[in-house]
Amino acid sequence: MIHPVRAVRAVPRRTWLRYRFVFLALAPIMALFFYLRVLPTGQAIVMSFFKWELIKPAEQFLGFDNYINLLKDENFRLAFFNTTIFAVATTILSVLLALLLATLIARLVGGRIGAGIELLYFAPVLVSVVPVTLGWREIFNYQHGILNSLLAGIGIGPQPWLSDPTMTLVAVIILSVWKQLGYNMIILLVGMRAIPRLYQEAAAVDGASAWQQFRHITLPLLAPVTLFVIVITTISSYNVFTQVYVLASDVQGAPGKLVRVIVYDIFENGFRFFKMGYAAAEAVYLFLIVIVLTIIQFRFLRGSRV
Amino acid sequence: MRPNRLVPNTIRWIVIVLLLIGGIAMVFPLLWLVSTSLRPAPELLLVPPRLLPQHWTLDNYAKAFASAPLLLYLWNSFVFAMISTIFIILTSTVAGYVFAKFRFPGNNFLFMLVLATAIVPFEIYMVPLFLQINALKLVNTQLGLVLPFLVLSYGIFFMRQNTQTSVPDELLDAARIDGMSETGIMLRFVPRLLGPAISALAILAFIQAWTAFIWPLLILNKPTLFPMELGLSQFANTRVDFGLTSAGAVIAMLPTLIAFLVLRRRIVEGITLTGLRG
Repeated sequence: MIHPVRAVRAVPRRTWLRYRFVFLALAPIMALFFYLRVLPTGQAIVMSFFKWELIKPAEQFLGFDNYINLLKDENFRLAFFNTTIFAVATTILSVLLALLLATLIARLVGGRIGAGIELLYFAPVLVSVVPVTLGWREIFNYQHGILNSLLAGIGIGPQPWLSDPTMTLVAVIILSVWKQLGYNMIILLVGMRAIPRLYQEAAAVDGASAWQQFRHITLPLLAPVTLFVIVITTISSYNVFTQVYVLASDVQGAPGKLVRVIVYDIFENGFRFFKMGYAAAEAVYLFLIVIVLTIIQFRFLRGSRV
Repeated sequence: MRPNRLVPNTIRWIVIVLLLIGGIAMVFPLLWLVSTSLRPAPELLLVPPRLLPQHWTLDNYAKAFASAPLLLYLWNSFVFAMISTIFIILTSTVAGYVFAKFRFPGNNFLFMLVLATAIVPFEIYMVPLFLQINALKLVNTQLGLVLPFLVLSYGIFFMRQNTQTSVPDELLDAARIDGMSETGIMLRFVPRLLGPAISALAILAFIQAWTAFIWPLLILNKPTLFPMELGLSQFANTRVDFGLTSAGAVIAMLPTLIAFLVLRRRIVEGITLTGLRG
């Protein structure tokens, strides 16, 4: 058996110097990282099993009570329902439209015109959320918003975009699809441009229609990129907050109350009612959704490579 | 995939026109915001609204500047985003380099931990994080605001990947033989080889801080510390005067829009390089 001290001595001096360098470089960063990411994430899980308030931490161990109570909580169920509708609708619409746009631009439009068109669709991605949401708030206004005027032009009566919860959810979806579309389009375009033109032209020569080429060549080759876009959009949609906070004020002007979404509900439970353990359990539910989506992505990506 | 030469020109032009109409519809809300901000109060209530103001006015801007410290909000956002970006670049480059190029006990474990937290959205841990910052008595301070934005798990992952692909070991050894110190190599030599990756990460970090909303909302209630997004939302929440809120929104979005248009190529490259998370 080697004596421990001798084993340590056996490590060459250069290795020690390397360890010292690694430690000095990494320790402050890892300390920040632990404190700002690992600790609060772990703590969220711990807190979710407790009755935990701002001034009374770890008041009482509850086991899974917070989780069970959440499932019975009308507000949480509504938030989960709304957020799911929002995420599914926003993802489907923004990905389908982005696929359509990317296909048309990649196949039919090139050069300067193509770049100009890309920029028009990409512009909403470049502006931050609050100002454009305020712009949409005017567009959706019941009395003098331009959207209701346009609808009147085609014989549709004014819609209560920002006062009826269902219509407000629709309004938030419209705004979010508008904001997300350009981003998804750019990612899909990059994916499409990586597909060699040869495949399409060979298929065209063999008599494949445009739809057949899209269905049997573009779509399968684009599957990993499309999946990435779908998962990214779904995850970010489940975390929706800002648009709703600005757009969906209720009658009393309480921001975000008209369309309850999960992050809003966490915010309210944690920071209005100070039920922080309860809010943490809610966050863990949200986390589970994100984990499932991430696993789906990894599964499929691995599958597609085989 | 390149534009297809086998498609007839008429179809191509029809598609271009349709795409242009759609594209104009996409930028319409932005133009509409500008147009609204330039009209006098009575014209805001016209039904149906006119596309352009009849009497152009800058009154709304004067009123907006007078009723809220909008330039201060912009400045706060800028400082917040700059500090966050600088720290994220520094921490990600150093950690990414060390993870990529050094063998040491715990390398894999620590890196897997970084990778695992990269998928955790901020909203999951914001409640305990608030309690931590509260315990440090940093609520309502600029430091408390910026602290969570000093590291980015994804940035560490991204820089490690880029170091592996674009920093060859031979170059590092050559620099060592030339007598450069390890610290010098890490802080001066390696970043020069990682230019595109660093600028992509900088754009990601800057946008992330600039558009941050829920954390400022939780941690700040002193208006003099508000970044633009939060300040504007509070400003607009208490007001129904569309001319005023539009002017505020235009002021908020103009600097970023200009910066983003100038850097558009870079941003698109950055997005495709980092897979920027919405």
